[in-house]
Amino acid sequence: MLAVSRLTRQFGGLRAVDDVSVTFERGTINAIIGPNGAGKTTFFNLISGALAPTSGRIVFNGRDVTGLRADQVARLGVARTFQSTTLFDSATVLDNLIVGHRLRTRANLLDVIFGTRRLRAEERACRDKARAALDFVGLAHLEQRSAGAISQQERKRVAFALALATDPVLLLLDEPAGGVNPEETAGLAALIRKMADSGLTICLIEHKMDMIMHLADKILVLNHGGKIAEGTPADIRADPAVIEAYLGSDHAHA
Amino acid sequence: MRLSSRLGWSALLACALAFPYLAGNDYHLTVMSTAYIYAIATVGLNLITGYTGQFNLAHSGFMAVGAYTVGILTVDHGWPFWAAFALSGVVAATIGLFVGLVSLRLKSHFFSIFTLCVGYIMYLLIEKWESLTHGTVGIIGIPAPGAIGPFDFTEARPLYYLVLCFLVASLWIMHRIVHSLLGRTFVAIRNGDHLAQALGIDLMRNKLLAFMLSVFFAGLAGGLYAGYVRFLGPGIAGVEHTFDMTMYMLVGGIGTLLGPLLGAIAVPWLTQYLQVLQDYRFVVFGPLLVILVIFVPHGVVGTWLRWRRRRASAAAPAPAPRQEGARHARS
Amino acid sequence: MELFFQQLLNGLTLGGVYSLVALGLTLVYGILHVPNFAHGAFYMAGAFVAFYLISSLGLHYWVAMAGAAAAVALIAVLSERLVFHPLRNAPYLHHMIASIGILLFLESGAQALWGADFHRMQTPYNNIIELAGLTLPAQRVLIIVAAFVLVGLLQLFLKKTITGATIVAMAQNRDGAALVGIDANRVAMLTFAISGALAGMAAVLYAPINLVYTSMGSLVITKAFVIIVLGGMGSVPGAIAGGLIIGFAEAFGAFYISTDYKDIIAFVLLVVILSFKPEGLFSKGAR
Repeated sequence: MLAVSRLTRQFGGLRAVDDVSVTFERGTINAIIGPNGAGKTTFFNLISGALAPTSGRIVFNGRDVTGLRADQVARLGVARTFQSTTLFDSATVLDNLIVGHRLRTRANLLDVIFGTRRLRAEERACRDKARAALDFVGLAHLEQRSAGAISQQERKRVAFALALATDPVLLLLDEPAGGVNPEETAGLAALIRKMADSGLTICLIEHKMDMIMHLADKILVLNHGGKIAEGTPADIRADPAVIEAYLGSDHAHA
Repeated sequence: MRLSSRLGWSALLACALAFPYLAGNDYHLTVMSTAYIYAIATVGLNLITGYTGQFNLAHSGFMAVGAYTVGILTVDHGWPFWAAFALSGVVAATIGLFVGLVSLRLKSHFFSIFTLCVGYIMYLLIEKWESLTHGTVGIIGIPAPGAIGPFDFTEARPLYYLVLCFLVASLWIMHRIVHSLLGRTFVAIRNGDHLAQALGIDLMRNKLLAFMLSVFFAGLAGGLYAGYVRFLGPGIAGVEHTFDMTMYMLVGGIGTLLGPLLGAIAVPWLTQYLQVLQDYRFVVFGPLLVILVIFVPHGVVGTWLRWRRRRASAAAPAPAPRQEGARHARS
Repeated sequence: MELFFQQLLNGLTLGGVYSLVALGLTLVYGILHVPNFAHGAFYMAGAFVAFYLISSLGLHYWVAMAGAAAAVALIAVLSERLVFHPLRNAPYLHHMIASIGILLFLESGAQALWGADFHRMQTPYNNIIELAGLTLPAQRVLIIVAAFVLVGLLQLFLKKTITGATIVAMAQNRDGAALVGIDANRVAMLTFAISGALAGMAAVLYAPINLVYTSMGSLVITKAFVIIVLGGMGSVPGAIAGGLIIGFAEAFGAFYISTDYKDIIAFVLLVVILSFKPEGLFSKGAR
C-alpha cells in the first residue's frame, strides 16, 4: 500500500527525518512512536505532501507520489487529521463535513451560476457522504449541533469523519487521542479498529502506549529523525534500542 | 433558500423598488445609487476577504480599472457605453489574474502588503500616465448608459433602477456562489490552508478564482460608476475607498451575504445625516473600526446569525452522547 | 561626477529616513506578526507634533524633536495596550483592520486640527555646507548623521543591554521568549515605544525638506513595508540594508530614469522580488 524508501528531510543542518524506509500493508493499523522531536509529524507531512522531501521516494499503491502537493496526494486517497482540530465553530457539525467530499466532485463556476443538475447531484452526494461519515463515527445525533458546542472527544471524531468523507484508502491520524481521557481513548481506539476493518489502512502517531500496544499491527519507532525499530508490539516492547530511547521510563517493563 | 430568508430578501427588494417614490428628491436617489454601486464592489471584496480570508487592499484600484476602461473607451475612442461596460469587469479580472498569480502564493500578510503596493502602483499610474488616463485632469463627458428599448438612462430615476438591477444580479450570483460547494471551498481555505489542502482542495486555483471573481465585481462596479457619475479622476483608485468598503463589511458583518450590503447602504446614509462627519468621517470611523473589530467582530448581521444559530442548536434534541459512544466502544 | 555625488547624498538621506522608519516597523512586526499599517500615521504624527511645538510654541528644533519622539512613543504604547493587546488571539485580518482604524483616526485627526494643506517646518539648518567642491545642504547632512547615530545607538541597546536582547528575542520568536520567562507585555510596550519614537524622529528629520502634510506617512509606510519584506521581517540589519537600497534606488532612479515615476520604483522592486521569492529575500525559515 505505502512504501517509503530512504526518506529524508533536511532543514539547514538539521535532519528532521533521516533516511527512513518502511512499508505499510493494506488494511493494517500502523503506529509511529518516538520521543518528542523524533520527526513523527514531519514524517506525516512528507507522506501527505504538505512538505517536500529532500531525498528519498514515496510509492503509494504502486504509484510514485514523491513531491506531489498535499491536495494532489489527498485526491489519490490519502486523508489526514491534525493534532489540533480546526472546525468552523459557527456552523453545524454536518455543515463542517460537507466540504470533505468536494475533492470527488467536478462542479465548476458555470455549474454554480446556472445551478445545473450536476451541481445539485454533487451537493446531494456530499451531504449524503457527510451523513454517512458522521454516522460511522457514531455521532449522527450531533448533526445539527453547532461545531463549537461539542466536546473534545467529539471533535476528534468529527475530524475522523471529515477525513472519511474524502473517501480515502489511507488514513493518517496525528495524535487522535490527544487530550482525551482514558475511557474515551478506548472508544476512539475501537473506532480506529472499525475503520481498519472496513478496509482502510491506518497510520497513526500516538504517545499513549497502552492504546498503541493493543491496537497496532505494526509499530515504527523514530528517534532524532531516524528509524530505530520496526515490528509488532511484542517486538517493540522487547527492543533494547526502543527502551533506551525512552530512557528507562515505565515502558521499559511494560 | 429558507422561507424566512426568502421573505427577508423580498421585503428588501420591495423597499428598494419603492424607494424613488418615497425619497424626497433626486439627491437622495444619487446617494442611494452610489451606495448600490459601492455595495456591488463591497460584496466582491467580501468574497476574497470575508469568505476566502485574503485581505485585498488593491480593491479600489480594480474598481478604478473598470471605471477607466469605460471612460477611456467611450471618451477617447468613441465606443458606445454598453460595449465599453461589457469590458469593465473583464479587464479588471484579467489584471486580477496576473496580480493573483504572483500574490496569492504569499502568506496572508505579505499578500495584503503586496496588494497595498499594487493599489499604489495603480493609483500612481493613473495619475502619471497622462496620455492614457488624462492624469490629474481626469476624464469628463462620459456618456450615460445607452437606452435599452423604451428605457432612457439620462434621468435619475431610470438610472437608479438600472443600478438596482445590477445590484440584484450581483447579489443573486454571489448568493449562488456562496451557498454552493464552491463557497464551502472558499470558507475551508479561510479556516486553514493546511486542512483545506488535506481535503484535496487546490489552493492556488481556488484562491485565484475567488480573487478574479471579486475584482470582476469591482471592475463592474467601476464601470457603472463611470456611467453614473460621468467623470473620473485618479482619486477613485485611492486606498481610502478600500478602507471605506472594509468599514461597510465590518459593520454589516464580514463573511455574510447581507452584511456588506447593509453596511454599504447604512454607513453612507449615516454620514449623510451626520453632515459634519462628511469630511472628517474617519475621525469617527477609525476608532469605530477598532471598537467593532475588538467587540463586535462579526458585525450586525454576523452577530444576529450567530445568536440565531445558538438558539437553534440549544433547541435541537440531544440524547445522552455518552451512552452512544459507550455503545459503539462495545460494538 | 558632481551630480553623481549629489544623488549619492540624496540616496543616503532617503536611505537614512527609510531605515529609521523600517526599523520601527520590523521590531513591531516581530511582536505582532502582522504589518502595522498605522506606522505611517505614527510618522506623520511625529511631524505634526514637532510642527506644532515649533510654530505655535516657538520651541527649538531639537526640543521639538524630543517632544515628538515622546508623543509618538506614547501614541504607540496606547495603540499596543488599547488595540493590539486585546486582539492578540484574534485572526490576523482583525489586526490589520484595527491598525487601519488607528491610521484613519490619526490621519483624519491631524487633518481636522491642521487642515489638508502642506506646512513648512522651520529648521535651524537651512545653510549649505561647501565641501570639496560639493554643495551639501546642512539638513541632509544632519539626516544622514542623525540616522547613523540613532541606528548605532539602537544596535548598542539591542546587543549590549538585557532589555534590548529580550526585544530581539521576542522579535524573532515570541513563544520561545515567553517560555524563558520574559515579560511579554513589558517588552511589547517598550518595543512599540521605540518604534514610535524612531518613526517620529525620522519624520522630524525629513519634514523640513519634504514639508508636513497629513498624507505624508502613506507613501513612506508602504515603502517601509517593501523594505522589511526585502530585508526580512524582524531583522534589524535587514531593515537598515533594505532602507539604504531603496533610498539609493529612488535617488538614482529619480534622476536617471524619471522623477514622475520614482515612487513606483520601490513597489516594482517588491513585485519583482516577491514574484521570484515568495518568502522575501532574507527569510529566516522557521517562523
